Amino acid sequence: MSHFIDRRLNAKNKSTVNRQRFLKRYKSQLKRAVSDAVNRRSITDIDGGEQVGIPSKDISEPIFHHGQGGTRDMVHPGNKEFEAGDRVQRPEGGEGGGSGQGRAGKGGKGEDDFVFELSREEFLDLLFDDLALPNLVRNQLVGTTEFKTVRAGVTSDGSPSNIDVVRSLKGAIARRTALGAPYRGRIRELEAELEQLLADGVPDTDARVVALREQIDGLKTRIAALPFIDTFDLRYQAYTKQPEPTSKAVMLCIMDVSGSMDQVRKNLAKRFFILLYLFLQRNYDKIDVVFIRHHTIAQEVDEQEFFYSRETGGTVVSSALNLAYEVISERYDSSSWNIYAAQASDGDNWDSDSTICRDLLINRLMPLMRYYAYVEITPRQHQSLWYAYQDVRAAHPHFAMEEIGGADDIYPVFRELFKRQEA
Amino acid sequence: MTEKLISDSSEWSFPLLQRFDKEVARIAHNEYGLDTYANQIEVISSEQMIDAYSSVGLPINYHHWSFGKQFVSTEQTYRRGQMGLAYEIVINSDPCIAYLMEENTLPMQALVIAHACYGHNSFFKGNYLFRTWTSADAIIDYLVFARNYIAECEERHGQGEVELLLDSCHALMNYGVDRYKRPSPLSMAEEKRRQAEREAYLQSQVNDLWRTLPVELAGDGTSSRERRFPEEPQENLLYFIEKNAPLLEPWQREVVRIVRRIGQYFYPQRQTQVMNEGWATFWHYTLLNRLYDDGFVTDGFMMEVLQSHTNVVFQPDFDSPYYSGINPYALGFAMMRDLRRICEQPTDEDRYWFPDIAGGDWLTVLDFAMRNFKDESFIAQYLSPKLMREFHLFQVRDDDREETLEITAIHEEAGYRQLRQALAEQYNLGNREPNIQVYDVDLRGDRSMTLRHYRHNRRPLGDSLDEMLLHIRRLWGFDVRLESVDEDGRVQLIGEA
Repeated sequence: MSHFIDRRLNAKNKSTVNRQRFLKRYKSQLKRAVSDAVNRRSITDIDGGEQVGIPSKDISEPIFHHGQGGTRDMVHPGNKEFEAGDRVQRPEGGEGGGSGQGRAGKGGKGEDDFVFELSREEFLDLLFDDLALPNLVRNQLVGTTEFKTVRAGVTSDGSPSNIDVVRSLKGAIARRTALGAPYRGRIRELEAELEQLLADGVPDTDARVVALREQIDGLKTRIAALPFIDTFDLRYQAYTKQPEPTSKAVMLCIMDVSGSMDQVRKNLAKRFFILLYLFLQRNYDKIDVVFIRHHTIAQEVDEQEFFYSRETGGTVVSSALNLAYEVISERYDSSSWNIYAAQASDGDNWDSDSTICRDLLINRLMPLMRYYAYVEITPRQHQSLWYAYQDVRAAHPHFAMEEIGGADDIYPVFRELFKRQEA
Repeated sequence: MTEKLISDSSEWSFPLLQRFDKEVARIAHNEYGLDTYANQIEVISSEQMIDAYSSVGLPINYHHWSFGKQFVSTEQTYRRGQMGLAYEIVINSDPCIAYLMEENTLPMQALVIAHACYGHNSFFKGNYLFRTWTSADAIIDYLVFARNYIAECEERHGQGEVELLLDSCHALMNYGVDRYKRPSPLSMAEEKRRQAEREAYLQSQVNDLWRTLPVELAGDGTSSRERRFPEEPQENLLYFIEKNAPLLEPWQREVVRIVRRIGQYFYPQRQTQVMNEGWATFWHYTLLNRLYDDGFVTDGFMMEVLQSHTNVVFQPDFDSPYYSGINPYALGFAMMRDLRRICEQPTDEDRYWFPDIAGGDWLTVLDFAMRNFKDESFIAQYLSPKLMREFHLFQVRDDDREETLEITAIHEEAGYRQLRQALAEQYNLGNREPNIQVYDVDLRGDRSMTLRHYRHNRRPLGDSLDEMLLHIRRLWGFDVRLESVDEDGRVQLIGEA
């Protein structure tokens, strides 16, 4: 009568499609919520899901319903002291002693936001929506030294571990059907004949009957003798190797740690680097990060030291650029690595050094780079470095520079640097 | 006694569930004579339960963002622990599909089996509304058809296009219900075959209606303009649009039809909440108590069952912070039990109020009530003075012309009838939803459609009005006007799109 089914192992997430459609429909609201969230969040947990809210009224589904007013009769339970004919004040909020059945509970209450959690993927999707890595096209096919194994149909020979069981058995059925068909046709004829004889009253022992039965048995043996599966039936999954565009990237983080860069500015820079890192992560399988910090001399350091150690002294930017160039030529061959660099500084530099920086960038570094982003964290007037870098930008379109005033600027500036460029 | 005991653990397993099902079925069918569809009991995880929630409990449905919205909000409230999930979902289909949550304990699973697989199931099979308006054997097929059809439309015409159409249809879903004619049950194969025919035929009909050739004057000299179209006002807006909207493509008509038919499928459920839940609750209570009396389950088992039963039928008072209207489980369960009491231990009052059932056979009386009523009529017929006293019911009139609210009736001799009538009215879908009908279409002129809202107790339409008119306009393709008719027959234009 009753039939039990264990469905627990069935796919969950039947609603994924609907969820995606919901997100797609409210993308503009969500994007706003996400960019607010980025500015609010602390640096360390930027790479996670996020609670976002959209105003409920934006996403309501309208139906015809009664509005306030008119005469309403409601029956409620729990009378304590009322008598028929009593008059009572309207309860506050005009809810009339509880709104009763009807729309209660649909879509939350009043003007509250409809709040829900985005997964990390969804969050980053929205965060980096419409952003693209500049010059991604050009480097797609650079250094096709990696191969990926992909399925390539079926073949009739291969290694036993690749046997495609279903296809092989399908082939076997087809073969057995085809080879057995003439026998079966003949059996049907003989059986009809036999039936005719028996119907005519011929006894079981009659020679014709015996002969027919023997023939039928013989044919059945022939059918049974057809092999269930033959080497001819076997099919193997075929694989082939496809060249893959290289998907390795290296990100050089260059930061000024001289005395003028205080912790607040470093944090701003860090946010920028993190955004860049997350963004690259979505485009490349493997990312190396190199941290180069400098004051008058440059050093390659680990992340902790990069962001939190304090240094003092003057600033010579070219030292960092020289070190970056060394690192690249030693470890990151530009034919197999996509090289990105982000430099953060407060703009201070020795005046005479700025022109050296410019030449270094124009002649040596920029030809190796996919993209170089320079952010200047300063509320003040630009100094020589900014003007020197403007020359670099003129010479190389994949050099970008922006100015950041405070935390609120980081995300817009980031978007500005990486916004999808019309081809 | 002890060898009868099914289990004293609270962990469930499939063999144990099967034993419970067997015993419950035996009692339900043989002793209480419940007539049910075959059961298909599926155990699912909580994630799958959230999935099931968001497609309005249907096992399969077409894709739409609103289900996604439902999904994220359910998931969110559940994760935060603000809401427990239902222990079960049951689908009006044949076989009757019931989902049990994996997290439930054994007593809960037994309760759910009794509640859903025997209570709701027999209600689906027996109640006249379900028998008339839904085809339990065809619904799953139909949903498969609908999902595939809409997916196909999305491929051909673009997801955005289909989504806009569905939005508008969903807005009108409650106005796509036939209240008087029974729709024909169709299986998927038939549905597919017919769909193609219908497409061609419908389009030709529509073309005819909108033919621009001059129409001959009728014999008595009245021009066709003076006759309204439709001749009688139509309450099924979606049906009217499906058949008559001038600009809809054939596939769009089919989508309108799909939404309309799914709305129709849910129509009985919206009208039998109290009865359906009351019936199912009454039966899980009766069946499990019976198992307990016969020694199949332990005291501890029964304590757990009763605890969750008590939570389900809890009715907060109107002034409690938890109050959100009358709990259909509480009212329905109390009424079903009360019917049994009236049969088994009638008082003089019961003999006066219910002369034909007092002292009767309770199984027959309950069965009759279950088969032949909906919430509105069930309450009007069977709500007893004793229950009104127990619930301390009272009626409040909120008239916006008065300064204060008036208590018009309470649970006393003078108020019983009025109270009962008022509560029944409260469950009348016709009163809960504004009465809006297609009144006229200007066939010869600008093709505009005029809707009329017939006001009841001077209650106006809510603020969704303008948005709704835009939806209707999208479906109709030409101007839409909404007029309001008050009780004195005065007509007033209240919206236009």
